[in-house]
Amino acid sequence: MDRRLCSGDEAVALAACDAGVCLGTGYPGTPSTEILEAFDALGGRAQWAPNEKVALEVGLGVAFANARSLVTMKHVGLNVAADPLFTAAYTGVTGALIVVTADDPGMASSQNEQDNRRYAVAAGLPMIEPADAQEAYDFVFRAIEISERWSIPVLFRMTTRVCHAKSIVTRDPSAAPATQKAYFEHDRSARVMIPANAKPAHRRLRAKLAGLRDWAEQDAFDAGLNQFVPGRSDLGLVTSGVAHLHALEAAPDASFLKLGLVHPLALDRVRAFAASVDRCVVIEEGDPVLAEALRAHDVAVTAKPERYRFGELDVARVRRILAGETAAEPAPPRGKPPALCPACPYHPVYRVLRDLDCIVAGDIGCYSLGVLPPYETFDTLVAMGAALGVGLGLRHALPEAEARRVVSVIGDSTFVHSGITGLVEMTYNPPPTGHVVLVLDNQTTAMTGQQEHPATGRRLNHTPTTRFSIEGVARAIGIDQVAVIDPVADEGGFAALLRERLAANDLSVIVARRPCILAAAGIRRWQAQASGPAGTAPAPGVSV
Amino acid sequence: MRVTNVVFAGLGGQGVIKASDILAQAAFRAGLDVKKSELHGMSQRGGSVTSDVRFGDRVYSPMVPQGEADYLIVLEPSQVEVNLPLLRPGGVLLSPEIIPPDRLSNKRSLNVALLGVLSGLVGLDPDAILAAVRQALPERLYQINERAFEFGREIAERG
Ligand SMILES: Cc1ncc(C[n+]2csc(CCOP(=O)(O)OP(=O)(O)O)c2C)c(N)n1
Ligand code: SF4
Repeated sequence: MDRRLCSGDEAVALAACDAGVCLGTGYPGTPSTEILEAFDALGGRAQWAPNEKVALEVGLGVAFANARSLVTMKHVGLNVAADPLFTAAYTGVTGALIVVTADDPGMASSQNEQDNRRYAVAAGLPMIEPADAQEAYDFVFRAIEISERWSIPVLFRMTTRVCHAKSIVTRDPSAAPATQKAYFEHDRSARVMIPANAKPAHRRLRAKLAGLRDWAEQDAFDAGLNQFVPGRSDLGLVTSGVAHLHALEAAPDASFLKLGLVHPLALDRVRAFAASVDRCVVIEEGDPVLAEALRAHDVAVTAKPERYRFGELDVARVRRILAGETAAEPAPPRGKPPALCPACPYHPVYRVLRDLDCIVAGDIGCYSLGVLPPYETFDTLVAMGAALGVGLGLRHALPEAEARRVVSVIGDSTFVHSGITGLVEMTYNPPPTGHVVLVLDNQTTAMTGQQEHPATGRRLNHTPTTRFSIEGVARAIGIDQVAVIDPVADEGGFAALLRERLAANDLSVIVARRPCILAAAGIRRWQAQASGPAGTAPAPGVSV
Repeated sequence: MRVTNVVFAGLGGQGVIKASDILAQAAFRAGLDVKKSELHGMSQRGGSVTSDVRFGDRVYSPMVPQGEADYLIVLEPSQVEVNLPLLRPGGVLLSPEIIPPDRLSNKRSLNVALLGVLSGLVGLDPDAILAAVRQALPERLYQINERAFEFGREIAERG
């Protein structure tokens, strides 16, 4: 038996390998990033997509070909992928489509703490939620079985403490569902969602969910997805995910109904469970999703108090919930916030933005740290790609003197992810004062641990491929002034250029290109390994 | 064996997570149930990092409840005070001052030196922890770290 200590992310990759997943794709995002990296290291076919929507669509294509696909993203990534997701629920799949959504309750490294269990209800898709790495491994097999048996995409919800926590995993490839060959069969009425086909498809989806609901009541228990743990009759706990483990520790002798299939719910079983104990409490992290759903069906359960919607749960918080403790919680230790690395190429950029007193519509990445002292240059941060639209909106509304100070600042990976359509908007509806977009091209996705992306010219496994040209795309879209500059080698030139562009009424894109200091050695190594010039971004200065 | 709770704390880049990985591996190889977890979203950029390791016959939650750490190992002086509430009454604090900096040929091996101190206290075979150090590091770094580990062990023996 192969036993190892590994993270939930690695466990998902191991299971994907053992189940013969044909393709893994996604977009980096903490805490999901390591899944595809581990899948690649294990010899799986793993690739980064430009964003989550594209990843989901690629995964859907794989699953239309009767093969198995794994698509990974952080919780907010599912917002980007939501459009195809909702209709993929109608089309269904012939192979398997497993969509990992890695939620971040407590926002260790995210801009919000949305609870993606809501998406399962909204899209009408089954959702599976493991509590630790062993379950992450086992449940991937169950997810594939459900996806193939009901011809339906399956949402696989993990959270930070499931993704990153390490625990012991016993690997058992013999438990993986047998694979089939990829093939294509026309099935236009199922996959071409014109209204005439979508109407019956919606009914088919609801019929599948009804079947799954029945399955949840007994078979899901036999399959180990849902678990009943008998215990005290005066306290019953309905749990899911890592909250189950906190609850087991806080109240080891309570009765438990643990839900690994969080949608659709095993309503009858929970109802009987709640009736069998004096007091039934739902212990769940995030929104009271299970409690609301159960109470809507008249199942007598108690929800946690509102304050536990915020942040992660832990053993102490579960004890407080069970004890009905109302006093204020002790504050967690206040740590030191992160800061830009001392030799980060963003320092001169932020000095200049500060000195020119810019109004900065910012975006998400390492460069968001520019919001902290000593620079405090970021004025907005909302969602990936939002720098462009928000900056344009500010330019449209503000009086001229202030409008001229507005700059949209976006990273290279973020630009490819969702900045391109913002540039199109900029040329389509230009503000009277023009606009300036600053692309901080550090030639990596630094925020999430230095992943490749299309503009690095290297694939997930660092081998060369066609390089996406940020400056080339800006020119092709019709931006008036496109410049590439190294802000470290020529800080004065960078300041002069930005000042000049802010004063003009042009539409400008300035690409500030200088590698992330932590990624630089790796970039040199991959470039040396690559045969030929592919994969090398043109040096700044050659293409102003 | 009841559950032993260990928390490592420091700043990004100091090897907090490496140290906790090593201890977790040693406990795993000793045949114990192990869980470890941390938040490492922005850790590479010098912010605070803590990492929890729990081992025993059966471990449930991957997080050490506040005020229940048996051992708190801190790699950076400024992080001692803020993390003290994690320690249980009577728990053991290992702070960086116990390793005189001039005794380490490379200050980056502070994490391993403190593991050496911990190795005599934590109920695992110290040699098994050293073996886990060897496995976790590239060969060229091993000698420096082995010396740091042994130095930590001596300090613990001297009390
Ligand atoms: C929809 C969505 N997907 C993923 C993320 C996680 N994430 C935030 S910024 C970012 C990319 C940062 O890369 P880049 O723009 O190159 O900036 P850098 O970190 O290198 O400075 C990622 C992957 C997110 N916040 N939202
Ligand atoms: S990781 Fe790279 S991009 Fe991020 S702060 Fe450090 S040098 Fe800058």
